[in-house]
Amino acid sequence: MLRRRLNRLFGGDEGRVHSRTIYVGHKSCPPNEAYIPPKFCDNRIVSSKYTVWNFLPKNLFEQFRRIANFYFLIIFLVQVIVDTPTSPVTSGLPLFFVITVTAVKQGYEDWLRHKADREVNEYRVSVLEDGRRIRKMSAKIKVGDIVEVEEDETFPCDLILLQSSRDDGTCFVTTASLDGESNHKTHYTVADLESDLQYLSSTIECEQPQPDLYKFVGRMHIYRNSQEPDVRSLGPENLLLKGANLKNTQKICGVAVYTGMETKMALNYQGKSQKRSAVEKSINAFLLVYLFILVSKALVCTTLKYVWQGKHDEPWYNEKTQKEKDTNQYLKMFTDFLSFMVLFNFIIPVSMYVTVEMQKFLGSFFITWDKDFFDPEIQEGALVNTSDLNEELGQVEYIFTDKTGTLTQNNMEFIECCIDGFQYKHGDGSSELDGFCVTDGPVNKIQQKAGREREELFLRALCLCHTVQIKESTMHRQDQIDQIDQIGQIDQVDGLGVDHEFLHPPQKEMGFIASSPDEIALVKGAMRYGFTFLGLESKNMKILNRNKDVETYELLHVLNFDPVRRRMSVMVRSKTGDILLFCKGADSSMFPQVRQEEVERIRMHVERNATEGYRTLCVAYKHLNAQEYARADADLREARLALQDREEKLMAVYNRVETDMILIGATAVEDQLQDEAAQTMEALQGAGMKVWVLTGDKMETAKSTCYACGLFKKNTELLELTLRTLEDGGRSREERLHDLLLEYHKKAVQDAPPVKLGITRSWSVAGHDYGFIIDGASLSMVLSSSSEPNSRRYKNLFLQICQNCTAVLCCRMAPLQKAQIVKLVKNSKGNPITLSVGDGANDVSMILEAHVGIGIKGKEGRQAVKNSDYAIPKLKHLKKLLLAHGHLYYVRIAHLVQYFFYKNLCFILPQFLYQFFCGYSQQPLYDAAYLTMYNICFTSMPILAYSLLEQHICIEVLLEHSTLYRNIAKNAMLRWKLFLYWTALGIFHGLVFFFGVRFLFSNPALQDNGQVFGNWSYGTIVFTVLVFTVTLKLALDTRHWTWINHFVIWGSLAFYVFFSFFWGGIIWPFLKHQRLYFVFANMLSSVSAWLVIILLILLSLLPEILLVVLRKPRGPHARQMKHRLPSSGTSTIFMLSQTASTHSFSWSD
Amino acid sequence: MMASSYNAKEEDGHHSGSSTHGGTGAAKNKKPDNTAFKQQRLPAWQPILTAGTVLPAFFVIGLLFIPIGIGLYVTSNNIKEYEIDYTGVEPNTPCYDCANSFTWNSTTSCVCTVNFTLVQPFESNVYMYYGLSNFYQNHRRYVKSRDDSQLNGVQSSLTNPSKECEPYRTNPETKLPIAPCGAIANSLFNDTLELYYNHPDGNMTKVNLVKKGIAWYTDKHVKFRNPGNEKDNFTERFKGTAKPVNWMKPVYELDPLDPENNGFINEDFIVWMRTAALPTFRKLYRIIQKKPDSAPTLPSGRYFLNVTYNYPVRSFDGRKRMILSTISWMGGKNPFLGIAYITVGSICFFLGVVLLIIHHKYDTRSNSADIPN
Repeated sequence: MLRRRLNRLFGGDEGRVHSRTIYVGHKSCPPNEAYIPPKFCDNRIVSSKYTVWNFLPKNLFEQFRRIANFYFLIIFLVQVIVDTPTSPVTSGLPLFFVITVTAVKQGYEDWLRHKADREVNEYRVSVLEDGRRIRKMSAKIKVGDIVEVEEDETFPCDLILLQSSRDDGTCFVTTASLDGESNHKTHYTVADLESDLQYLSSTIECEQPQPDLYKFVGRMHIYRNSQEPDVRSLGPENLLLKGANLKNTQKICGVAVYTGMETKMALNYQGKSQKRSAVEKSINAFLLVYLFILVSKALVCTTLKYVWQGKHDEPWYNEKTQKEKDTNQYLKMFTDFLSFMVLFNFIIPVSMYVTVEMQKFLGSFFITWDKDFFDPEIQEGALVNTSDLNEELGQVEYIFTDKTGTLTQNNMEFIECCIDGFQYKHGDGSSELDGFCVTDGPVNKIQQKAGREREELFLRALCLCHTVQIKESTMHRQDQIDQIDQIGQIDQVDGLGVDHEFLHPPQKEMGFIASSPDEIALVKGAMRYGFTFLGLESKNMKILNRNKDVETYELLHVLNFDPVRRRMSVMVRSKTGDILLFCKGADSSMFPQVRQEEVERIRMHVERNATEGYRTLCVAYKHLNAQEYARADADLREARLALQDREEKLMAVYNRVETDMILIGATAVEDQLQDEAAQTMEALQGAGMKVWVLTGDKMETAKSTCYACGLFKKNTELLELTLRTLEDGGRSREERLHDLLLEYHKKAVQDAPPVKLGITRSWSVAGHDYGFIIDGASLSMVLSSSSEPNSRRYKNLFLQICQNCTAVLCCRMAPLQKAQIVKLVKNSKGNPITLSVGDGANDVSMILEAHVGIGIKGKEGRQAVKNSDYAIPKLKHLKKLLLAHGHLYYVRIAHLVQYFFYKNLCFILPQFLYQFFCGYSQQPLYDAAYLTMYNICFTSMPILAYSLLEQHICIEVLLEHSTLYRNIAKNAMLRWKLFLYWTALGIFHGLVFFFGVRFLFSNPALQDNGQVFGNWSYGTIVFTVLVFTVTLKLALDTRHWTWINHFVIWGSLAFYVFFSFFWGGIIWPFLKHQRLYFVFANMLSSVSAWLVIILLILLSLLPEILLVVLRKPRGPHARQMKHRLPSSGTSTIFMLSQTASTHSFSWSD
Repeated sequence: MMASSYNAKEEDGHHSGSSTHGGTGAAKNKKPDNTAFKQQRLPAWQPILTAGTVLPAFFVIGLLFIPIGIGLYVTSNNIKEYEIDYTGVEPNTPCYDCANSFTWNSTTSCVCTVNFTLVQPFESNVYMYYGLSNFYQNHRRYVKSRDDSQLNGVQSSLTNPSKECEPYRTNPETKLPIAPCGAIANSLFNDTLELYYNHPDGNMTKVNLVKKGIAWYTDKHVKFRNPGNEKDNFTERFKGTAKPVNWMKPVYELDPLDPENNGFINEDFIVWMRTAALPTFRKLYRIIQKKPDSAPTLPSGRYFLNVTYNYPVRSFDGRKRMILSTISWMGGKNPFLGIAYITVGSICFFLGVVLLIIHHKYDTRSNSADIPN
């Protein structure tokens, strides 16, 4: 961010102007003017953060900006400066470890970035200078250079396409590395340029760099023989983005407009806002409690110390040093306070952060490793973009799902069409002469078919009105086929029907590429009815009609699809010179634009199709006479040339042109439900989650999908708040909205049986199920009502209604409205955890807004996946992701957090209590080695293994009984009650440990030879009890003992014993104190010590065991817990073909 | 979280962005391994602690602990212990004068004699302890005020003791390094206790007090070592050092008669150097060996304790005690363990019974509830 800002500064004064001027080929333009080379940044990409020189300071600075690291640094510094009871090593070593590991990791990542940067920057590119081709490093490209790029190369910077090797002045690119969309996109050269770029003399005026990949406005002035310059408009279709690949085109030449850090790709390097999980918030809250405990402990001790010192300040046997005597009293008090803080600081351990982080990082691997998430179709498994939110998956209360591509497959199939009110369905077997089969048209007319002319017009419209491209057979090299198949973007058309095979020999394959699967479905549908789109050749669209004749249309304009207008059009000129406009679009956006006479007949079909769950489009056309066309053409060109507000101007022109059309018919395309969509939804609802469907689709279609998915059931009472219901009753919309909201609120909220929130409300609750339907327009009325108090009230009513409904359907939503809804729910009372799942670019906003964003690796590009936290191939995987993984992760990390606080409380409490017996002198109870190792070695591994492997309920049972998910709803395992329980347990243990040994030491002669034990023996006994108790406590909590758990738990205990022998077995050189020399061995030689250790461990665990017994076996799984499904037949093929390393760094990006 | 969320988001864009340049990047589109570990299907033991499994454990614990506790308690009770406070706080106690007349610089020792009577004879070995109260040997300043490497005979530390020994590091007048340095050594307990048995016939016998075997074996033989060459005499070995300020004689004269018990390896010294855990503590002073014949080690009767009163405790309200105790396999007399074991055992047993009742009731209930399922 900072760098970007700096770059702006380096860019000089251009930061203030709205556009930049580029001199193509660095030639002065117009030729007679003096050429002042403007200053732009060079094409060096710097994605690395550090250099060799600034790595250490910068990295350290960044690490210590984190509060916890800073806290530990402060503790360490206090230890170094002030005379503290524990050596700086005890906290310095763990801190050093954490910092080093982090630094090494970040350093490594930065090295990778350096490497990648170098690779990019030193890549050789061809630059045309004065007609010669010069190879130079990519980093040296300057704005204005003419760059030549060959097929399959990556564009080194953002280029304006000047010349293409293809005849029609187009080139194809894939932007897979930018937005993940791997379909081929067509880009166009600037029209009418000199064929020899050497003589081109022009300037380009374009906007300042901005990150939107799909927006670009510019203007090119071409100077020829000192005439007035020609002006050409430049749009995104002329701009080749850095990072995209040239495909299907031998080579292109382009002029660099944005370079280096100003390219759109570089500008898009920005982190998403960081999401914090509820568990982390709990941790922070607990931390505050512990910090409070820590400070109060230190305060109590300091106070008592000075009270006590009044009497016992300086006995003769223990005089102060001169320095101590000289120190100021208050300064001493302060340093004493700090010393106590240091002594007790282990209550907030560094290692917890490390362990939590490790748990999250390592735990997320299980998601990517899960073979149930593997989709054979796309050959991909799940993807984890952030490991910070694993446990949030177990806390979801609201699911916002997109419909198309998420609930449905986005795998379109042309089902039927309606021409002039007659329904046509493709008959599979009984194909008539022309492939048409008329099924029962609801309109009983004498003639069963629409006129042949209309039919053909309709099919022509289908063939022409699209942006589909033919995938050329020459391109069908094996690798590309693989890639294409994998993405599922194109459907291979297997022959074109029996009649036409002679025209298309079977060996010639043909494929369609399009940005939307609907279009392919329509083109293929038209093909079934005898009209085949043959392709676009230099602005001429060829179609093969039913009579096997090739018709050619000149493509004049494409009025592109956009989600606001919800339609697209083409203007073509037929052979006969007629100019036709074909338009297709959503019914609601089409009906106002067509002549009204046909509307009713078609509307009926459209609505019927929509209720059946089909996606419908209406098709219309209009003839343009020469004047009309001339005007439209001029308008369009002007709008396209506009530098400012181009979008708005274009939109206005589009709207003007697309009026007064004649409706010919409508199409119905089936979008099949995703596999197991209904089961998934049922499971999620059973788990207590509310499913909201947010879609841009029509209400009827969306509603039928909801029924199909089981979100709405037969007995669900639907509460509708749409434009239709609002317009009923003839009153103003606002009034009606008010009434409806109140009415629904009464129904759904007030009359509903009082059920406890969240936990017990169930889909099976007797009484009414309500479903709520709202559309975009009504929503915006609810959200932005005219008066402020009303608006807030409506919002509340709306939320309350929605929260009491089992399912909510929001249709006709703009992407931003989706995010608004998510935000509304997210910030509602109780701050429920929300999850958004979607597959397309229009879902990105809601994916980013929700607590957890899930991307479906669907067909609408990869933007959703890129912006998501987790990506899964199919909707059905959501069930396992939430019910099994989410549940387990939550339980694991919740236990991890509670356990960590607990074990450090009972670790430090004896040390605190000991202060009362040692004159508040900050004497540590445990040896420094134990203080340091406790969290690092003795007790860290078992909990880590637990938090990775624990399955308190096995996965099959979790999947089978979705209600189990409710047990952990609302952060159930990290509530204050449980936290208090754990704290109380920690305090109890601490008291038992300390006083048990204290009473034993009332006579320190514990050995059978009469010898006595000293303070270090005391500490060692307490510590031994401590280590064993906390480890066994975890063992008691472990419900899933794999060999790893066994190894780690018993291994830790064994290691503790071994270490203690080792630590006490040697007179350590370089150590000032040999405190523990043979202390442990001597302890073990005392029977009393053994007995007290056993007794105290048992006594500590007794309440725990008692609770386990008293606790009722939970849920239906109790009896099934032993039952495990045998692991499914292992496929050795996969095991052979796979190495574990494929995960690489995917977790971090 | 905070400390180590070093998968910092800011870099993500950079990383993912730049890695795309590198070409294909990691091939992620492979089927995950179907290994038990990766699929979280490792074979596992899934214990369920139910009343059924835990109840027997309660009874077993109860039945084990109660006898152990009784055994411990009996053992502890059989240990004979006699304790006598000879601080001399009360005016008419034998050591009152000595306690009051104490001065640091006195050259003559004050001796007082305390009479006491053992009602019961002490069989087997008797261990003689001295006990101090309100003496904070576990005070931090005190605990760290030592130099283990000096005590281990390291020559450089002998002449240049650790800073931790301040203010007992060097002699304030001669500036010579103190050996042994530090507050612990400086405050070595230096009362001399002698025990006389007053035979019923009026004869006095001095009870033989053994001063070896009172320190940990490893301390005596490894941790503590005299500096210098074995062959040199002690004066030579400690040359260039000063005695601790409060000591009356240098360290090499602690036991001039026995070179194996002199200097740093003097057992009284080693025992003192093992700092006590609590402000009231006892330390082993002498051992009275069991006589070869069957006569009790200390027969019942009158005894005199001869105290050479060198150690001032009145200034910090301390107390001094002499303790005679026999020892069992569990160490000295301490009823705590026995009582604790009996208590925990009884609780377990009691809980076992209660749980059995509850479990019985609960079980029938849950069984009947289970049937409809």
